[in-house]
Amino acid sequence: MTPGVNAIAQEIFGLHMTIFWICVVIGTLVLGFMVFLIIKYRKKEGVEPADFDDNPKLELTWTILFAVILVGMAIPATTTMIKAYDDEEGDINILITGHQWKWQYEYMEDEVSFFSNLLTSLDARNNIAPKTENYLLEVDEPLVIPVNKRVRFLITANDVIHSWWVPDFAVKQDAIPGFINTAWTYVDEPGVYRGQCTELCGVYHGYMPIVVKAVSDSEYKDFIQGKRDMKAQQALLTEKLWETDELFAIGEEVYLKNCVACHQVNGAGIPPVFPALAGSEIVMNDKGRQVEILMEGVQGAAMQSYAEQLTEVEIAAVITYTRKAWGNDAGGDGEIVVPKEILDYKNNKL
Amino acid sequence: MSAVIEGHHDDHHHGPAKGITRWLYTTNHKDIGSLYLWFSFIMLFIGGAMAMVIRAELFEPGSQIVSPEFYNQMVTNHGLIMVFGVIMPAFVGLANWLIPMQIGAPDMALPRLNNLSFWILPAAFGVLLATFFMEGGAPNFGWTFYAPLSTEYAPPTVTYFIFAVHIMGASSIMGSINVITTILNMRAPGMTLMKMPLFVWSWLITAYLLIAVMPVLAGAVTMMLMDIHFGTSFFKAGGGGDPVLFQHIFWFFGHPEVYIMILPAFGIVSHIIETFSRKPIFGYDSMVYAIASIALLSFVVWAHHMFTVGMPIAGELFFMYSTMLIAIPTGVKVFNWLSTMFKGSLTFETPMLFAIAFVALFTIGGLSGLMLAIAPADFQYHDTYFVVAHFHYVLVPGALFSIIAAVYYWLPKWTGYMYDEFMGKTHFWLSFVSVNLTFFPMHFVGLAGMPRRIPDYAMQFADYNMIVSVGAFLFGLSQLLFLYVVLKAIFYGKKATGQVWEGAQGLEWTLDSPPAYHTFETPPNLEAGEAKG
Repeated sequence: MTPGVNAIAQEIFGLHMTIFWICVVIGTLVLGFMVFLIIKYRKKEGVEPADFDDNPKLELTWTILFAVILVGMAIPATTTMIKAYDDEEGDINILITGHQWKWQYEYMEDEVSFFSNLLTSLDARNNIAPKTENYLLEVDEPLVIPVNKRVRFLITANDVIHSWWVPDFAVKQDAIPGFINTAWTYVDEPGVYRGQCTELCGVYHGYMPIVVKAVSDSEYKDFIQGKRDMKAQQALLTEKLWETDELFAIGEEVYLKNCVACHQVNGAGIPPVFPALAGSEIVMNDKGRQVEILMEGVQGAAMQSYAEQLTEVEIAAVITYTRKAWGNDAGGDGEIVVPKEILDYKNNKL
Repeated sequence: MSAVIEGHHDDHHHGPAKGITRWLYTTNHKDIGSLYLWFSFIMLFIGGAMAMVIRAELFEPGSQIVSPEFYNQMVTNHGLIMVFGVIMPAFVGLANWLIPMQIGAPDMALPRLNNLSFWILPAAFGVLLATFFMEGGAPNFGWTFYAPLSTEYAPPTVTYFIFAVHIMGASSIMGSINVITTILNMRAPGMTLMKMPLFVWSWLITAYLLIAVMPVLAGAVTMMLMDIHFGTSFFKAGGGGDPVLFQHIFWFFGHPEVYIMILPAFGIVSHIIETFSRKPIFGYDSMVYAIASIALLSFVVWAHHMFTVGMPIAGELFFMYSTMLIAIPTGVKVFNWLSTMFKGSLTFETPMLFAIAFVALFTIGGLSGLMLAIAPADFQYHDTYFVVAHFHYVLVPGALFSIIAAVYYWLPKWTGYMYDEFMGKTHFWLSFVSVNLTFFPMHFVGLAGMPRRIPDYAMQFADYNMIVSVGAFLFGLSQLLFLYVVLKAIFYGKKATGQVWEGAQGLEWTLDSPPAYHTFETPPNLEAGEAKG
C-alpha cells in the first residue's frame, strides 16, 4: 500500500501496517501449530487417540485473549478514524461531480469549472499503439490544487454512483447522485498524484482516472487566471463566422474524445442502449431536436447534457460533424449548426 | 386408513420410478439432494467459464478478448451464478441428502415442497442465462446491483434478472422452511437439540438466516422493479429517492447471505476433522454457540460494506466494532478444530486434506476480513482487489472446498462406490496450489491500488495479474479432474462398506452404502446412547 503524501495518509498507512503485522503473527502461529499437529499426530501403530472433547477453562482463556487483541486493534483505529473524519471548511473548496465516465471539477470560490477526460488513446487500449508509463492513468486536464492549503472536496455524481479515490491522499469517497459527501486533503509535496474511480459505474468504469497536480501557490493562481482567460476567449470564438470544413474538423476531434465511447467511431452505436447516429432520422433531418438532445441530455439514458461540458463552438462543431459524416449529409438535409445557434439556444432558455 | 398403509407396507421396498419422471416428480430427499448437487456442479462450470473469460481479459493490459460491456456482464453473472447457483444449491443438496440420514428421519418433512424448491431453480437460472441472448445483453451492474446503475441505467433485461432473483428467493425460503420443519419435528427419539450433529445445527441456523433475509432481497428487487416500470423513486435521487437506501437494504440481506454460504461449511468440516482425527469434536457446545453468535452478529454489521458512502462517524465506529466482534466466535471455531486434531490419530484422505486446507485458508480469509473491518484502513482497501482476494479466500478455499470435501467424504455413502484416492489427492494438490496462486497475489495487487471490476488496468499491475490468470486457468482445469473422479467412482469405483471411514460417527454411517431408497422408516432409538458426532 502506498504510504501516502500527507499526515493522515501516513497515519492510515501506519495503522494498516500495525494491523497487518498482528494478522501475520496470528496467522503464522495458527498455521504453524497446524503443521505441528499434522506432523506430530499422524496415525501411528499402537498409539491410541485421546478422547477428551472439551476444556472450558482453556476455551474461556482464548475467548478472552481474542477480545483483548481486538480491543488493542480498536483503540488506534478509533483515533485515526476521528482524525480522518474532520469536516472543517477548507481554504479551497472543490466540487467534484462524477459523470459517466469523466470527472468534473468546480472551484467554488473562483467559479472555474472543467471536465477531466481519459487521455489514453483507443489505439493504445486496443494494443495498436504502444502503452506508456501512465497507461489508463492520464487525463487531458488534471485537477490542480495548491500545496500547503487545506483543500476540501465536495463529492457528488450526476448519473450513477462513482467513487473518487486518490491512494496518496488516502481519500476514497463515493460520489452519489443526490448527496454531497466531503473529504479533504493537505499536500506538502508538489507532484502528480493518480487514482481511479472505484465504484462500478457502467461500461467505461475502468476508464475514468483521476489525476491531481499539486503545485505552488503562485502556479495555482496562474492556473486559475488561465482558466478565466480561456472562458473569455471562447465567448469571442462563438461570435466568429465559421466555415463548414473548420467546424467539421473540430467536430471530428470532439466526437473522438467525447462520443465514441458509446456511439462508436463509425456512428453505429451499440443499440439498444447506445443508439446509432449514422442513418438516424434526428441526426439527418431534425436539427432542432439534435441541439436539444445535446443541450439537455436524454432522461433515463446514458446521454447527458453537454451544455456545461463543451463550449458552444465544440457543440456546434460536433453536431455539424455528425450531420456530415457516415453518409448522413447525402441521406438527410445536410444542414450545419454554427456556434451562434447554440448561444441563442442558451439565451432563449434564460 | 391404517389398513391402507398396512396393505402398502408389504411391497414398500419399491425403488424409484424409471426414466425422466423419476427426477421430475420425485419427492425423495436423496433424489432431490442429487438433483441439487448436479445442478450446482453444472453451474460451477458455467460460472467458472465466466471466470476464465475474466482472467483471459485481464491476462495482460489492453483489450484482449471481450469488450468492456461484455466483461461487465461476465463479472456480474459470474458472481450471481457462483453465489446463488453453486454454493447455495450445493449446501441445500447436502442438507437434503444428510439431514434426514443424520437425524434418523425417513425423509424431509415437506417432500412436495422440496420438489418444487428444486425445480423452480433451473427455471430461474434459465431466465437469467437467457438474457445473454436478448437485446441489450445480460445484467452488467455487478452481483451487488447498486441502484441507479441497475435501475435507470440498466439494460432492459434487468426485468428478467429481477424475476430470476424472485424465483431464487422463493426456492431458498421454501427450502429453509423444509429444513427447519424437518429438524425440529423429525429427530429420532433421544436426539435432543444439543446432541444433533454439527452439520444439522449449522443448517438449522442457516435456514433461519435465509428466512430472515431472503424477503429483504425480494423487497429490494421489487423496489427496483417499481422504479423501472411504475414511476416510483425509491432509489432515484431526481425524484427524491435515495441511492444509499438501496445499499443498506442490499447489505442487510447481503451480509447474512455471506454467512449462509459459510455456516454449513463449518458443520461439514467439523465432521470430517473429527472422523480423520479419530477423536470427538472439541468443544461441541461452544461450536454451536459460535455458529449462533456469528449468525446473530451478521445482522448488525452490514454497513461495513459501505464505509465510503459518507456515513456519520458514529456509524463508522459502530459497524467497525460490531464487525471486529465476529472474529471472536470465528477464532473459537478455528481453535476448536485445531484442538480436535490435537492428540488425535490423523490420517489424510482426500476429504481431510480439503478440510485442513479449509481451516488454513479460511483463517487467512478471516484475518484479511479483520483488516477490512478497520474502517479508516478500509478507505484504502474498499473496492480494490484486496476485497476480491478476501472474499474469494472465504468462498473458494472456504465454502467451495468444504463442499468438495463433503462430496469426497459422503460420495461412497451416497453411491456405494469408493472414489480413486490417488486421483482425489491429485485433485486436491492441484486445487490447493492453484487456488493460492490465483487469490494470494490479489492481496498485493489490491494494496498496490488496483480497483475491482475493471476490464483493463495500468501497467504496474501487469505482472501480478498474469500470475493470477495462470493460477485461475489451472484451478479451472483442476475442477474438470474433480468431475472425472466423481464419474469414475460412480461407474468404475470399488464397492464401499457401510462404515466407509474407520473413525466416522453418526447415524448415516449405520446405513448401507448406498442406503436404501427409503431409510429410517422406523426411527432409530437413541435414548440409550450418544448420537452427536
